[in-house]
Amino acid sequence: MEFGSIGLAHYLTLSAILFTIGVFGIFLNRKNVIVILMSVEMILLAVNINLVSFSVYLNDLVGQIFTMFILTVAAAEAAIGLAILVVYFRNRGTIAVEDINMMKG
Amino acid sequence: MATFPDLAPALPEIFLACASMALLMIGVFRGEGSLRLVSWLTVASFIATGFLLLQGPEGRNVTFNGLFVSDSFGTFAKLLILIASSLAVILSVNYLEKERVARFEYPVLIALATLGMLAMVSANDLISLYVGLELQSLALYVIAAFKRDVAKSTEAGLKYFVLGALSSGLLLYGSSLVYGFAGTTSFDKLAAVLEGGASVGVVIGMVFVAAGLAFKISAVPFHMWTPDVYEGAPTSVTAFFAVAPKVAAITLFIRVLVGPFGDLAMQWQQVIQFCAGASMIIGALGAIQQKNIKRLMAYSSIGHIGYALVGLSAGSQEGVRGVLIYMAIYLAMNVGVFAVILSMRQSGRAVEEVADLAGLSKTHPMLAFAMAVFMWSLAGVPPAAGFWGKWAVFLPAIQAGLYPLAIVGVIASGISCFYYLRVIKAMYFDDVTEPLDRPTPTAGFVVAGAALFVFPVYIVFLSPITSGAAAAAAALFGAR
Repeated sequence: MEFGSIGLAHYLTLSAILFTIGVFGIFLNRKNVIVILMSVEMILLAVNINLVSFSVYLNDLVGQIFTMFILTVAAAEAAIGLAILVVYFRNRGTIAVEDINMMKG
Repeated sequence: MATFPDLAPALPEIFLACASMALLMIGVFRGEGSLRLVSWLTVASFIATGFLLLQGPEGRNVTFNGLFVSDSFGTFAKLLILIASSLAVILSVNYLEKERVARFEYPVLIALATLGMLAMVSANDLISLYVGLELQSLALYVIAAFKRDVAKSTEAGLKYFVLGALSSGLLLYGSSLVYGFAGTTSFDKLAAVLEGGASVGVVIGMVFVAAGLAFKISAVPFHMWTPDVYEGAPTSVTAFFAVAPKVAAITLFIRVLVGPFGDLAMQWQQVIQFCAGASMIIGALGAIQQKNIKRLMAYSSIGHIGYALVGLSAGSQEGVRGVLIYMAIYLAMNVGVFAVILSMRQSGRAVEEVADLAGLSKTHPMLAFAMAVFMWSLAGVPPAAGFWGKWAVFLPAIQAGLYPLAIVGVIASGISCFYYLRVIKAMYFDDVTEPLDRPTPTAGFVVAGAALFVFPVYIVFLSPITSGAAAAAAALFGAR
């Protein structure tokens, strides 16, 4: 690999960084549930980068097909997540993470 | 030129997919008040699916270009799932009507979740694993928040969704690493590739996949959602959550670890041993201070998953057989307990504290006796079925030399006796504060049936269950 060209390792590093940011976005975020939904999407997109770059590297289409499935399911997942968030907001009038505490133990 | 896939091995799933669409249409066109009709039709379609399953082709059949496998391991798990889902629907109808959430979407969602479970149990590729798992999970997120006017239920749905989505993310990240470093997503090909050892990338990927699945079975480092979701979700939904998804996820877990990653057993066994030991301890200690019986059952289910994982951590064919026997007995005990919890009503209002059971032996002696049988069985006291379940998982572990794990299991089992006995004490020795209402006939039948199964009748069923589980485990190990 000549100096300066972008190889598999770069993509994997990018995807690992995005994945880590996503996971930390879920755990460290204390403000808003919407941010959690965005973090979940980020995790899934990090996985997609991983799969597509592996797919090109391995010269094998399965990874790209997997990506298509993930994109479709992620859309359904986001729709359901937002729907649950809407009914939650109707009941509680807030979507702040620190207010999701009716049950503890 | 692509050939048309052989549909026969997947016929039960195809039937259930069509049936759930049809049920949805019936519900939509009949409108309000169609809960009863749709529920009974759902149960009927589960039974029909079960028959198709038993009529299915013999042996191991792979179809859809290797994405889907039907074997006797899958059949055993699918029968348990269908039984659990049918009982969950049967128990739900009266509860939903009394709670004024009698909407026909409920049985349809359970049918879709069940379809997802059947698909994931039959997965033979990381892609079909993911799609099946998500079909199950998406339906479960929605029914957790089914009482959409109640803050607790929606909060349970939200928590379940966030943590479930995170676990899917972990699972997918692991799948992508496995795909990248092993070059394939098919379980059969993975098993062949990994035969001569695996790169670090595959091992890390496997750990991520195992973590994602451990979330779904609520094994210990990933159990934190369970008590909240069990408490917040409507009781009929908790009854469903406690059984069918657990059976499905643990069988999928076994299939993934024993199938493609079977040659990495040295790596995963340690992880599973840790999860098993920690689940048993947290399950036992966490339940001690719980007052809410649904929360108590959540910790109880964490503990029971720990016992089941003891069998898996042995990594042997007998161990897998033990897990399957354990899950069959766990199904009967939990369905019975939740049928009792669903009958806990005081003048029409649902109650869910352990203290509300006070004096049950005076007001409803049969119900109290059945509950006592379930508690003895959950605690694993010898004559009851729960003891034989524990026997079936601990024996292979001891044969594999896992003495520390077995000792932890026995200690945790002793601690857990405390809170199971507390329920019995409340029913038999405390004074009646406010009597419970009469249980509905359906709940009564389910309680009686489950209690009879757990105490004397299981002896009759023990040999078919054992031989079925043995055949299932042999099919899984034979395919390697």
